[in-house]
Amino acid sequence: MSQKFTLNVNGTTHTIEADPAMPLLYALRNDLGLNNPHFGCGLAQCGACTVHVDGAAARSCVTPLAAVGNAKIVTLAGLGTPEKPHPLQTAYIEEQVPQCGYCINGWIMTAASFLATKKKPTEAEIKDALTGLKCRCGTQVSILKAVKRAAEMMG
Amino acid sequence: MTKFEKQSSFRDARQRRLRGMTGPLSRRSVLLGAGALVVSIGTAISLDTVLSIDAAHAQGARPPLTPDELSSYIAVNADGSVAAYFGKMDMGQGLQVAIGQMVAEELDVDFKRVKVIMGDTATSVNQGGASGSTGIQLGGKQMRMAAAEARRVLVEMAAGLLTTPADKLVVHDGLVSVADDASKRISYGEMIGGQYFNVKLAWNKQYGNALYAPGAAQPKKPNEYTIVGKPIKRADIAPKVFAQEDFVTDVKVPGMMHGRMIRPPVAGSVPLKVDQSSIKGFPSAKVVWDQGFLGVVADKEWDAIKAMEKLKVEWSSVSPPFPDQPGLYDHIRQARARKRQVEKQVGNVDQAFDSAVKLIAAEYEWPFQSHASMGPACALVEIKDGQVTCWSGTQKPHFAQQGLAATLNVPLDKVRVIWTLGPGSYGRNDADDCAMDAAVLAKAVGKPVRLQYTRDQGTGWDPKSPASVHKARAGVDAAGKVIAYEFVSKGFSRVDVNTNGSKPWDTLAGQMRGIALHSGDGFGVPAESYAFENKRLSWETIAPLLARSSPLRSSHLRDPVGPQIHFASESFIDEVAAAVNADPVEFRLRYVKDKRDIAVITAAAEKANWDTRPSPRRSQTGDKVSGRGIAYAQRNGTRVAVIAEVDVDRSTGKIWARKFTVAHDCGQIINPDGLRKCIEGNIVQGASRTLWEEVHFDNKAVTSVDWLTYPILDITETPAVIDIVLIDHPELAPSGAGEPSTRPVAAAIANAIYDAAGVRIRRVPFSPERVKAALS
Repeated sequence: MSQKFTLNVNGTTHTIEADPAMPLLYALRNDLGLNNPHFGCGLAQCGACTVHVDGAAARSCVTPLAAVGNAKIVTLAGLGTPEKPHPLQTAYIEEQVPQCGYCINGWIMTAASFLATKKKPTEAEIKDALTGLKCRCGTQVSILKAVKRAAEMMG
Repeated sequence: MTKFEKQSSFRDARQRRLRGMTGPLSRRSVLLGAGALVVSIGTAISLDTVLSIDAAHAQGARPPLTPDELSSYIAVNADGSVAAYFGKMDMGQGLQVAIGQMVAEELDVDFKRVKVIMGDTATSVNQGGASGSTGIQLGGKQMRMAAAEARRVLVEMAAGLLTTPADKLVVHDGLVSVADDASKRISYGEMIGGQYFNVKLAWNKQYGNALYAPGAAQPKKPNEYTIVGKPIKRADIAPKVFAQEDFVTDVKVPGMMHGRMIRPPVAGSVPLKVDQSSIKGFPSAKVVWDQGFLGVVADKEWDAIKAMEKLKVEWSSVSPPFPDQPGLYDHIRQARARKRQVEKQVGNVDQAFDSAVKLIAAEYEWPFQSHASMGPACALVEIKDGQVTCWSGTQKPHFAQQGLAATLNVPLDKVRVIWTLGPGSYGRNDADDCAMDAAVLAKAVGKPVRLQYTRDQGTGWDPKSPASVHKARAGVDAAGKVIAYEFVSKGFSRVDVNTNGSKPWDTLAGQMRGIALHSGDGFGVPAESYAFENKRLSWETIAPLLARSSPLRSSHLRDPVGPQIHFASESFIDEVAAAVNADPVEFRLRYVKDKRDIAVITAAAEKANWDTRPSPRRSQTGDKVSGRGIAYAQRNGTRVAVIAEVDVDRSTGKIWARKFTVAHDCGQIINPDGLRKCIEGNIVQGASRTLWEEVHFDNKAVTSVDWLTYPILDITETPAVIDIVLIDHPELAPSGAGEPSTRPVAAAIANAIYDAAGVRIRRVPFSPERVKAALS
């Protein structure tokens, strides 16, 4: 039942053998050794597993390998680096957002995909784009501040 | 000679150390005396080298890791950096920054020199883990004393080496110099870098939160502080946002297998038959079954998941163990009290009630709530050559070490628990259960096992915050004065399973495998200073609904039983205020006598521009109404007043807790920025618990198994503003902030809803359906 898949992740190509029904999350974490994104629910309800698939935020915990094809996958590690951070990463550090930090993928990757297409969003639009994502530590007030800050940085 | 000096051998130890250093130090003293450059001796040892504790033990260099050794808390490396070994850990509130500040302050080194190493049983002593907002209060207190003692010892060493009395020396960033001749100097690193302190402390023989082991040194006075009290940012944020920091879920070891647990469909049921052939499609998959304990292990994680899903199990038939959920509060009211405790009694309460001209009474209800951590628990256990290593997100690794030793029947010194950041932790969540389950799996298959729970196990099977009913009554005299007050909580115990995993009977692995049970009793009473002349505060606990392996077993969730109790007590105070037509702030100030309590209430009211008048607000019409409410509480010395401003949509029942104003006094503030973030999280989590959170169950099982069935506050409902007033008391010991501000949130919201709509909601959560029903 295993098949070969070629995954393009953060600009690098990897070939793995796996069950086509296996969610992308497990390929990223176990086959490719990317300790990020995270398993939060396996139900696309929390966002902890979020990656970009051809620029769109996707829940990798419910995205079967068979559906990925040749899409370009970007994880949080591929979004920016300390030397060249994404504005959201900068804003997150400046606003000192996370507590435990396990939810970061969902918020940053979803917001990054949103801000890439939406310039100068209103607060209501930001909330609407992020609704459904979970943060159990209660940092939502800081998350909103950081996303607004990043939106300003991105003009 | 002080009592301490008589009791300890620290002086001898110091003398030994100085004698031991005579050779090279003499040479250096000469050089120093001649004004030559300071030369360092020995091989420079980097921080990482020193942190490799196994190597240090192999060299026999480190004194035993016991609470009475200074080396158990502080080490100075050759490069002058400082390792602070901390037996508590940060759960996301930035504790390590504050601990670093306290250590750096007392040692007189730059903050950046200090690295706080948390929660590894091989490098730290049992300071109680993350527990009860004691990170700074008790853990920091000990680290402060240890750092002060380290500085004292180092300055005395320098005094000998520089042939200058200690009181003529000054320390700047770890460099000790003669006050009036800066050319005579020696650094901490040069004196002791890469070696361990060999200094005894006066340990009180207690472990856990109560552990205290001061040296002879006195810590600094607050007016000498240059680092404590300053806002310093967290260094762990950047690695998190760049995906560079490993969580416990990310730890891997060679040969590791993946485990998943299988829980019964009806609580209390156990497997009768397990059909191994049902998972033959996964060649590496193995079943681990011992009485009620059932798990699968496979080489690949996806195979373990599939095997978990496909394994055919025949379960024993048991009577449904739970009441239907609508009967929960009746069950609590009618159940026999297993333990009763009157914690506070003043005056003659019963007599005073008899003489009252007006009686006010109300009852409040709080549901089971789940930790519902961001991710379900994960643990990795490796058993190799008789040595057990466990990576866990547990809040209490030293207790988990004891639990693992008992579970695996191995000596304690053969177990090491390495606390590793978990997917959120707010008390006794599922982390300890997971560590024990992983150990059972690893032992059974003879390979390291990484076990991760599923979402439904994380929410459905974690220990729950107890459900409860609270009865309050007050008697008022003809002048409108409260002359009698009684408050009784009745609910499930907050220690049905204990707050740590040290005993197998407190973990699912123990309970599922038939071990004798030890359900504890604990609840609490309101923490306030209302000086009612006749007052009685008490609690009663009842037996768990299901004694063994229950998904509704109860334990600690952030501010254990605090939100429940103060939702009821502070709602009730508001009800009494309304009954005597008094403003809620003014009414509280009539009776609150503690000065710091008065200060937080007053500060919150001022900051929020409190509109002084009795509740409810009478002038509003239409569907959208708004109101303000206050609640206040103490918690182990900390005082918090919270004012909530809410919007109520009468047509939908939807509440928006739009603004919070918080006045917070936790004594001495170590890091105001960290404190603000900590409070902000508590307020939002408190609002979430108030507005949304309730564990649902039917008579067979918990049915809150994901984020749809256990909703929490959404970003669209986030408060627009959280205004925080910090009241600093540098002269008072810090008293903790990890939980207290969670405590008054529910009542503040309830009181604001009453102010807005004139309706009193006495059951949490304030879901739209419930609010709408109450409004109609």
